[in-house]
Amino acid sequence: MVLLGALGVILRSNPVHAALSLVLTLFGVAVLFVAQDAHFLAAVQVIVYAGAIVVLFLFVIMLLGVDKAEDIKTEPLTAQRPLALVLGVGVFAVLAAAIVTSTESVVRRGEGLSVTEASDPDANIRQIARSIFGDYVFAFEVVSILLLVAVVGTVLLTRRQRRDGMVSK
Amino acid sequence: MIAATEPTTTWYLLLSALLFVIGMVGVMIRRNPLVMFMCIELMLNAVNLSFVSLAPRVANIDGQTAVFFVLVVAAAEVVVGLGIIVSIMRGRIHATVDDVAELKG
Repeated sequence: MVLLGALGVILRSNPVHAALSLVLTLFGVAVLFVAQDAHFLAAVQVIVYAGAIVVLFLFVIMLLGVDKAEDIKTEPLTAQRPLALVLGVGVFAVLAAAIVTSTESVVRRGEGLSVTEASDPDANIRQIARSIFGDYVFAFEVVSILLLVAVVGTVLLTRRQRRDGMVSK
Repeated sequence: MIAATEPTTTWYLLLSALLFVIGMVGVMIRRNPLVMFMCIELMLNAVNLSFVSLAPRVANIDGQTAVFFVLVVAAAEVVVGLGIIVSIMRGRIHATVDDVAELKG
């Protein structure tokens, strides 16, 4: 299902359909997070990605009025797509080889270890909170400043400048 | 019996590699900047998935903390990127990334 959504993102010619396929993929990844006892991240994934980011995408699609099917058949650069496919297959082959050869040892070493106790459903959230607000509290503050800068910068970028110097919405 | 059907870390990592490659191919073949952004999100998600599947293997929650920060930075990145796209492509209906060449002074 995840892969179906991902393929939909790159193969649907209509940007709106691509965004909806992205939602499918993001939900699938959230389900995989739950399957691996990462409950907090699954919740954040659904709220931030599937909620906020995709809605933002759809807003921009509607704002720009590009919700028509794009001409996907024409190929601006000759042999761009075959080259991209070949490169993709090659990268996947390298990654898969690395994973198959290396995870055997990693998985065996990690056997029996678990981040959270399965008996306590809140353990994951407690551990993440301790990690974020304990070990990484400085990075947390820096990230909040980053978000603030991003918001202010975007407002500056997208508002229109009038000729007479007055700023209008 | 149940343990045999449960997906292992290797399968999660292979799925994440496949997702990453799909996103990569998408960036290379699509010309709509919005769809390219979505493909970048795909790649970020693939990396998040591999973080989460490897975190229990080293008995350490830091992987999930890293995913949290990746999520926040991805949100900021999408906001700024969409702002740039809106300000460049405003008024142009069939916008492709090639139109950014008009910025050349």
